[in-house]
Amino acid sequence: MSTTTLERPLRTETPTPARRTARRRATLHWIGVHSLGTAAALFFVLPFVFLLLTSLMSDRQALTSDLVPHTWEWGNYVKVFRTPGFLGWWRNSLMYAGLGTVLTVLSSVPVAYALAKFRFRGRNLSLLLVISMMMLPPQVVIIPMYLFWSKQLDLTGTLWPLIIPLAFGDAFSIFLLRQFLLTIPDEYLDAAKVDGCGDFRTLIRIVLPMARPGIAAIALFQFFALWNDYFGPQIYASENPAAWTLSYGLESFKGAHQTNWNLTMAATVLVMAPVILVFFFAQKAFVEGVTLTGVKG
Amino acid sequence: MTTHTLRAKRTRGALRTAAFMSPWLIGFSVFFAYPLISTVYFSFMKYDGFGAPVFNGLDNWTYVFTDYPNFWPAMRNTLWLVVVMVICRVAFGLGIGLLITKIKSGTGVFRTLFYLPYLAPPVAATLGFVFLLNPGTGPVNEILGSLGLPTPDWFTDPATSKPALTILAVWGIGDLMVIFMAALLDVPKEQYEAAELDGASSWQRFRFVTLPNISPIVLFAVVTGVIQAMQYYTQPLVAGKVASGVIGNSGQPFEPGFPDKSTLTLPQLVYNLGFQRFDYGSAAVTALVLFVLAMAFTALLMRRRGGLLQAGD
Repeated sequence: MSTTTLERPLRTETPTPARRTARRRATLHWIGVHSLGTAAALFFVLPFVFLLLTSLMSDRQALTSDLVPHTWEWGNYVKVFRTPGFLGWWRNSLMYAGLGTVLTVLSSVPVAYALAKFRFRGRNLSLLLVISMMMLPPQVVIIPMYLFWSKQLDLTGTLWPLIIPLAFGDAFSIFLLRQFLLTIPDEYLDAAKVDGCGDFRTLIRIVLPMARPGIAAIALFQFFALWNDYFGPQIYASENPAAWTLSYGLESFKGAHQTNWNLTMAATVLVMAPVILVFFFAQKAFVEGVTLTGVKG
Repeated sequence: MTTHTLRAKRTRGALRTAAFMSPWLIGFSVFFAYPLISTVYFSFMKYDGFGAPVFNGLDNWTYVFTDYPNFWPAMRNTLWLVVVMVICRVAFGLGIGLLITKIKSGTGVFRTLFYLPYLAPPVAATLGFVFLLNPGTGPVNEILGSLGLPTPDWFTDPATSKPALTILAVWGIGDLMVIFMAALLDVPKEQYEAAELDGASSWQRFRFVTLPNISPIVLFAVVTGVIQAMQYYTQPLVAGKVASGVIGNSGQPFEPGFPDKSTLTLPQLVYNLGFQRFDYGSAAVTALVLFVLAMAFTALLMRRRGGLLQAGD
């Protein structure tokens, strides 16, 4: 201990050769780390680049192994939009993801609030069940659910069997938001109570404004999850192409354009684009949300 | 009088809780409890969607475990994915997390680039990878070939279809990167400084300072990875469909697992039995197998992370 304190001031006054090797080592370290980073970045980005390039090739060239388009066929994107059904899939995806997200937030906020801030018997059991639901693959309950929506309510061939349940809370959103609400100190809620605020007013006036980042995170997650959902539309909407979403319709687009990789890749880019655009506008909320799922207990 | 107001207060409290919890109470009963019980019921019934279900004892169970040709291949594939895919994802995610904490210039750009593939919609990403890895004209084999490296058949060869899916899964590592990055930045700096003073090499610092500090997060990543591997559905199904060329209209039959059952996973069995073979009873059996496995690993996750539940108090 004492030797180190003695050594330290000495070390900073060491002559230049030693300092130079230290600096050289730091530079080498910098170069090493950044070349590794660039290599990793290429691995993550090149697939996107190849998809974009292919989506701009002519029909003929897309069948060859050339990597860069000879002529830039921006018209491919117009062709994709003109494909019968494609615009309808866009509309359906937007309705499913948009309306579904609104319903999820509205129904999950009060539940998450109660689980985070109320004291009641069965609270831990409820939380346990929420987590179990969250971990449950959708295929586990699909047989009775499908029979319920098709035989009792005759709603298959539409997206309603997927949208309606979201009005009754979504386990993942409830859990994530509850984790966020735990970070709001009880003093704020007590102060509101002293001022004569009822539970509902406290939720609206005090909790919601403070929970905005958490709500933004669950809204984003849910929007993406619904936009990407394949299994749900496959089960409930496959019988009626007019109800397909982009994620479900995309592979049949490939089927209809068997050899036209360029058009298929253009359609693929169009399915990815909205998600990536939303991400750029809401990057912070999103990354915060991912951290919340894993790190904060 | 005091007991009276106390009771009134308690009733009001219970009503308040019930009101706030009501969306989920309904959702839980209608979309979880009822269908789960019903799935158990169907697993003992012969039912094809028409007429009435007929009790057939354990027939569905013995059929799935002994005669259904897709069950054991799907179990083996799931085990493969749990071992190889989960290890690859966690190791790679940790590596990328470490790398991003070391990068000093342009950190934001690197982080965004590393994160982006995680957002790619699974169907679109899978379709993209089937193209990138297509044996004939795909860019990846084109590059491998020009470097004199072997050019596998990827999604069309049973030996390489799961490795190809693993590459796709490793590409979308963004979630793990963010989680590991946050954990790595939380490791107390003093511990590194102390280790450095003791002359620890960078590997020793990683082994004896970093790893013990982040081990709960590594465990979390492994267990959630296992749960995800058991739910793995869209990517293997779409990859098989697109690579086989049998895709498109709902009317076209497609036996999942192409090539040669190598991409079959448990959730696909529920679809295959229930919605392609209309054997709802056997489909319910596979659904329950999936349920038991998912719940077992969830229990493991929660036992290790008791904080998940207690943090409220």
